[in-house]
Amino acid sequence: MARLLPLFAFALLVALLGFGLRWNMQHDQREVPSPLIGKTAPAFSLPVLNDTTRQFGSADLKGKPYLLNVFGSWCPSCVDEHPVLVRYAKELGVPLIGYNWKDDPADANAWLARFGNPYDVIVTDQAGRTAIDFGVYGAPETFLVDGEGMIRLKRIGALTPGYVEKELKPAIAAARLAAAQSGK
Amino acid sequence: MRIFRRTLAAAFALLFTLAAHAVQPLDFKDTAEEKRFQALTRELRCLVCQNQNLADSDAGLAGDLRREVFEQMRSGKSNTEIKDYLVARYSQFVLYDPPLSTSTWLLWFGPLLALAVGAGIVVVIVRRRQASLNQPPAAVAVASQEEDW
Repeated sequence: MARLLPLFAFALLVALLGFGLRWNMQHDQREVPSPLIGKTAPAFSLPVLNDTTRQFGSADLKGKPYLLNVFGSWCPSCVDEHPVLVRYAKELGVPLIGYNWKDDPADANAWLARFGNPYDVIVTDQAGRTAIDFGVYGAPETFLVDGEGMIRLKRIGALTPGYVEKELKPAIAAARLAAAQSGK
Repeated sequence: MRIFRRTLAAAFALLFTLAAHAVQPLDFKDTAEEKRFQALTRELRCLVCQNQNLADSDAGLAGDLRREVFEQMRSGKSNTEIKDYLVARYSQFVLYDPPLSTSTWLLWFGPLLALAVGAGIVVVIVRRRQASLNQPPAAVAVASQEEDW
C-alpha cells in the first residue's frame, strides 16, 4: 500500500492539472466581476453622435429599462459582436444605447456605415469619464439597467446568440416586468 | 571611437524619449506631488494589461485613470479616497496590495497554511523514523525497505 502512495499522489496532481485546464477553458481569465451589479447605475449626460448640440443621458431614460453597449471602431471584438446586436436589437424590446468610447466621430460613422447601426441613440465620450464610472475596462461591454436605474447585468466581451437567449432575454423580461408593476 | 560614442549617446537619448512618450506628461507642481503620484499609481493595477501597474501601462484606459488619479489628488483627495473610488468601480482587483477581508484571507494566509502543513508532515516523518531507530533490528529492516522507492 505504501508503495502505491507516490502513484496516488501523482494521479492526484494529474487530476488537479486536468481540472485547472478545464476551468481555464470555460472561464475568461481576464474577466473582473463588476462590483456595480445590483447598484444604481452612474448618472451620465453625453453629446449625441452627429448632433453634438444635443445631450443625452440617464435622465432621459428614467423609469425604463435599457441596454448600454460600449463600442469603438478601434475594437476588433466589436466587429464580431455587431451582427448579434443588429439581429436582436428590435426584438429585445428595450432601448439600445450605444456608448462610443474614446473614438473619433468620423471613424465611428464609417464603422457604422459598414457594419450597420442597431442603436436607438449613440452617445460619444472621447475623454472616457463615464466609462470609468461604469467600471468599463475593455470594449465591448454591455450593461442592462432596469427601470429603477439599477444595473442588473454586465456582459464583459462580445454578446453571443447563446448569451442573448440564455441570460439577456430572461433578465430583460424580469426588468420589464418589474418596471410594468411599479408603473401601475 | 568618437563616432561610436556619439551613436551610443543618440541611442540612449532616443530610448529615453520613447520611454517618456509612453506616458502622457502631467503637470506636477513639485517633486513631492510627483513622488506621491508615482507611488500611488504603482500600487494600482491596469485592468487592460492586467500584469502591469497604472504607472507603467501604455493602454488608453490607463492614461484616463492616471489623469483621474492626478485630478483627484489635485482636488485634495487622500490616497485612501482615491483607492476607494477605483475599488467601487473596478473591485479590489485594482489594488496590488489588497486589504485583509473574508475574500482575501486565503491569499494572505494561504502560504503560511502551506508552510504549517509542510512542517507538520516533516515532524511526523522525523518522529516515525526516530521511533523506528529505537526499535529492535526487525523494525529497522522495514524502514530501510521502505526507503528504496
